[in-house]
Amino acid sequence: MADLLTTPLNALHRELGAKMVPFAGYDMPVQYPAGVMKEHLQCRARAGLFDVSHMGQVIVRAPGGYAQAASEMEALVPVDLLGLGVMRQRYGFFTNDQGGILDDLMLANRGDHMFVVVNAACKRADIAHMRARLPGCEVEEITDRALVALQGPAAEAVLEALVPGVAAMRFMDVGIFGSDFGELWISRSGYTGEDGYEISVSETQAEALARALLANDDVEPIGLGARDSLRLEAGLCLYGHDIDETTTPVEASLIWGIQKVRRAGGARAGGFPGADRILDEMANGAARVRVGLRPEGRAPMREGTPLFEAAEGGAPVGQVTSGAYGPTIEAPMSMGYLPKPLATEGTVIYGEVRGKRLPVKVAKLPFTPANFKR
Amino acid sequence: MKFTEEHEWLRVEDDLVVVGITEHASEQLGDVVFVELPEVGTQVTKDDEVVVIESVKAASDILAPIDGEIVEVNEVLVDAPGKVNDDATGDGWFFKIKPSDLGQMDEYMDETAYQDYIS
Repeated sequence: MADLLTTPLNALHRELGAKMVPFAGYDMPVQYPAGVMKEHLQCRARAGLFDVSHMGQVIVRAPGGYAQAASEMEALVPVDLLGLGVMRQRYGFFTNDQGGILDDLMLANRGDHMFVVVNAACKRADIAHMRARLPGCEVEEITDRALVALQGPAAEAVLEALVPGVAAMRFMDVGIFGSDFGELWISRSGYTGEDGYEISVSETQAEALARALLANDDVEPIGLGARDSLRLEAGLCLYGHDIDETTTPVEASLIWGIQKVRRAGGARAGGFPGADRILDEMANGAARVRVGLRPEGRAPMREGTPLFEAAEGGAPVGQVTSGAYGPTIEAPMSMGYLPKPLATEGTVIYGEVRGKRLPVKVAKLPFTPANFKR
Repeated sequence: MKFTEEHEWLRVEDDLVVVGITEHASEQLGDVVFVELPEVGTQVTKDDEVVVIESVKAASDILAPIDGEIVEVNEVLVDAPGKVNDDATGDGWFFKIKPSDLGQMDEYMDETAYQDYIS
């Protein structure tokens, strides 16, 4: 493990008693002494602070400014970037020629350039992809900044006290703020289903910012364990599990991430890798789709659990891609892929756990309502 | 009380042996969210998988530490699996076994030996 990378908050995690694990090549906190369950509930009730500095922060510039960067980037993602307002951000995904998903990411219009945040495990490939496929752009990886997320109903009041002005931001707004911790790049977004912010801060100021946030009684540190159960309750995909190169955005129920202008009949329809397949699936339906699953018993159905149409016999019709216990819903929850005819809310299928087929119901996503400030 | 290398504790009560997992094990597992108990009346052999526990992190098996018959299970855990974390060596017990040969207990560690084992 000597070759694990560390984030600027590594020493703080250890001081706070975190249990550290390797994650995407980084030494990361999976939980603090409170434990996954309490951390999860803390974030839903008040606020949690997450270190997400392992994620990739990338600036894309072009001589023609944001419009050129957006225009070139639209060849890689099925997202309306030219129509994205100044200081606004959108969720998107890099697709491959087969219509699969190479990574999911956030893209922001920062006036004269684009700011992109990508998954840690994919960042090398994503940056290479952008450098190869955005010929008129300069793709700069930002390596001297940490990234933290402050999430939960108390996040607005907590951050506003340190960085006046952030309370006025709406969901998916981005802003650049001067502060006692240097220049902060803030977006009102997250990965928990709660209101909150993602804050990029200079690596030299990251620990001071984290300590200032944690000094508020409403804030506790949250590890990767609760990050996973929070995002699953919120119905959000984890790349490499719920979505990957073999799943299309239509199969993954992510059509909402493809704006009208990029769809069939739109002014800039298609023009991204795999558009033929993706637009065809949008018109005619995909053979399988990602759904929420609520086991009827208490046993969690974890990733890899095979799903069957009947209590006995037959071949698997799908499998669970994420599964855990949901501390807020006080019940197990999963996501997985099912053939379209079975992917209807209320349909009962069976997941095989330790050799036994247990009933599980197709359920609405998210499992917990989103609390975004729109 | 006796302790196994699998982090179970065994306590003799009258002619029965009560079995649970240690505080150390419950801390390592994290919050327990599901417990599947054996049926009362099941004959078990040492090392049979008799209980499944799922924590927020993963599933684990609890093995029968001795031969015998399961005579009582802690039904409370079905609806309150968190008791395993709250009171691992008390209310968080899993099952009571009527031992075929109490001598099988002899091979297990006493508390001092177990503390050495986990440190």
